[in-house]
Amino acid sequence: MENFDMTLIDWSRGQFALTAMFHWIFVPLTLGLAFIVAIMESIYVKTGDEKWKKITKFWAKLFGINFAIGVATGIILEFEFGTNWSNYSWFVGDIFGAPLAIEGIMAFFMESTFIAVMFFGWNKVSKSFHLTSTWLVAIGANLSALWILVANAWMQDPVGMQFNPDTARNEMVDFWAILFSPTAINKFLHTVASGYVLAAVFVIGIASWFLLKQRDTLFAKKSILVASVFGLVTAIFLIWTGDESARQVARVQPMKFASMEGMWDGQTNAPLVAIGFLEQDITPTEENNYKERDFLFKIEVPNMLSLMAFLDANAYIPGIKDLVNGYTNPNTNEKHLSYFDKIKRGREAITTLKNYKEAVENNDEAAIAFNKARFEDKEWMNNTFRYFGFGYYNDENFSGLIPNVPLSFYSFHLMVALGGHFLALFIVMLIFSLKNKLEKMKWLLYVGIWTIPLVYIASQAGWVLAELGRQPWVIQDLMPTLSAVSRIDASSVQITFWLFAVTFTTLLIAEIKIMLTQIKKGMTGGH
Amino acid sequence: MKNRKNIFARIFNFYYEGFKTMTWGKQIWLIILVKLFIMFAVLKLFFFPDFLSTNFESDQERGDYVLEQLTTTPDGDEAK
Repeated sequence: MENFDMTLIDWSRGQFALTAMFHWIFVPLTLGLAFIVAIMESIYVKTGDEKWKKITKFWAKLFGINFAIGVATGIILEFEFGTNWSNYSWFVGDIFGAPLAIEGIMAFFMESTFIAVMFFGWNKVSKSFHLTSTWLVAIGANLSALWILVANAWMQDPVGMQFNPDTARNEMVDFWAILFSPTAINKFLHTVASGYVLAAVFVIGIASWFLLKQRDTLFAKKSILVASVFGLVTAIFLIWTGDESARQVARVQPMKFASMEGMWDGQTNAPLVAIGFLEQDITPTEENNYKERDFLFKIEVPNMLSLMAFLDANAYIPGIKDLVNGYTNPNTNEKHLSYFDKIKRGREAITTLKNYKEAVENNDEAAIAFNKARFEDKEWMNNTFRYFGFGYYNDENFSGLIPNVPLSFYSFHLMVALGGHFLALFIVMLIFSLKNKLEKMKWLLYVGIWTIPLVYIASQAGWVLAELGRQPWVIQDLMPTLSAVSRIDASSVQITFWLFAVTFTTLLIAEIKIMLTQIKKGMTGGH
Repeated sequence: MKNRKNIFARIFNFYYEGFKTMTWGKQIWLIILVKLFIMFAVLKLFFFPDFLSTNFESDQERGDYVLEQLTTTPDGDEAK
């Protein structure tokens, strides 16, 4: 590992995580609140009731603040691709370019055009045109998310491309395979659904505060009713898409799947850990240089993990040790390569690429033809080149191929547990809303308020699981972080890390301050 | 009536009136402008040059450089 500056890699990863997580504070609220506002305005247009117009304008204002503060924070990530992750940016070729270009041209244009009508168009355009604009803002915001998430899904499950050894770039050969890969579909649906749930909790929490303060109570109750229904429907959708996502992870990222369950040894009829606490890591042995952990305490649901992953209670789930050492599935007798075999194949792929490069430099026609033929051989690409990224590791440092197990385990279980809490909150809120007893349920209103920070924690935990759970891969099995990073000075990355930390924290404080000011003005004032 | 004849003037007026009559958004617009200035005029210009575009003149050179990077293994040597 001495050839790679781990300080540079760690700071580059930290910087990207910091900016992505800050960006993700703003995005989910935009995704969900836009639809809630559109629903409220639809009720206003349908009923003609001016109260709904005021409610719509209040939530639209909070949407506008969040949109304005958050807009363009994602561009920082693109800066980082070019500066800090240049090998990666080159290697992905046009795979990232196409979805991001579509996002820029179509979705962002749609979003930014109609948002002006949404805010400036009251009483200037017809009700139906204004309503259409609001819906188009919501759809546009979600379409923006689609293209980003398609690009992210490709990194987790690379499909539809062909590597070109002349340019060292991947070339898109099947756009539809990338767009409609099961990983992309699930990632998009699960991620936007999490935004819908977050927005529903946000509305419920703030409306609960109004009820506790006995201000704008009618408006608050109507808001809670809409948000509870929206939240209930989308929370069920979130759980369904989460279930589908888990199946995809088990299929294409089995190491992430084993890590998020803290599962070291594989088994059939695998139980799901409902609640568990991992013990301190066991000192690595000579044979196993990874830090194995057992559970201090756990409550399991029998067969559930096998059922969740493969819809079969008898299905075999490989553990971390099985994936490292290789295993044979007892149900199917299918053999799976060990990480050591994958490292060998990765080395072979890297060597072939190097030999090809040298052959081109030396104008050695025979060697060019021999090595290039391998990159055109589908079988070799599927059996050897697909493990290209493993070639950066060796028998001594393969522990770098195992993600941080406690982080994956706790982020997954925290996300799932909080997901259950949100579903329960929506149900209870809806029941008491329909009974018109919300004002008397003070404890419930406090729960509503305190669920706002919890929903942000759950949302971030989802990203921690998705991104840290797939470490060390930037592109699954093809490119680890250590080969993706630009060879620049680590100190410059540290400087920008702190610059971002200060900039984004200031933005977040500004957002919270402006939002609180507007909220305190009330639902019927300050327009 | 003059505005109704010109679509661009109508769009301009729509935005102009919208911004002018904003009662809560001026602070937001200030934040957006400061943010964009920091991002593009400071961060992008001084801290985030495109590594490959800055250090190499052609795609051929960029490709060769990345190839060299990709064929270097963690042991310190290029792949054997």
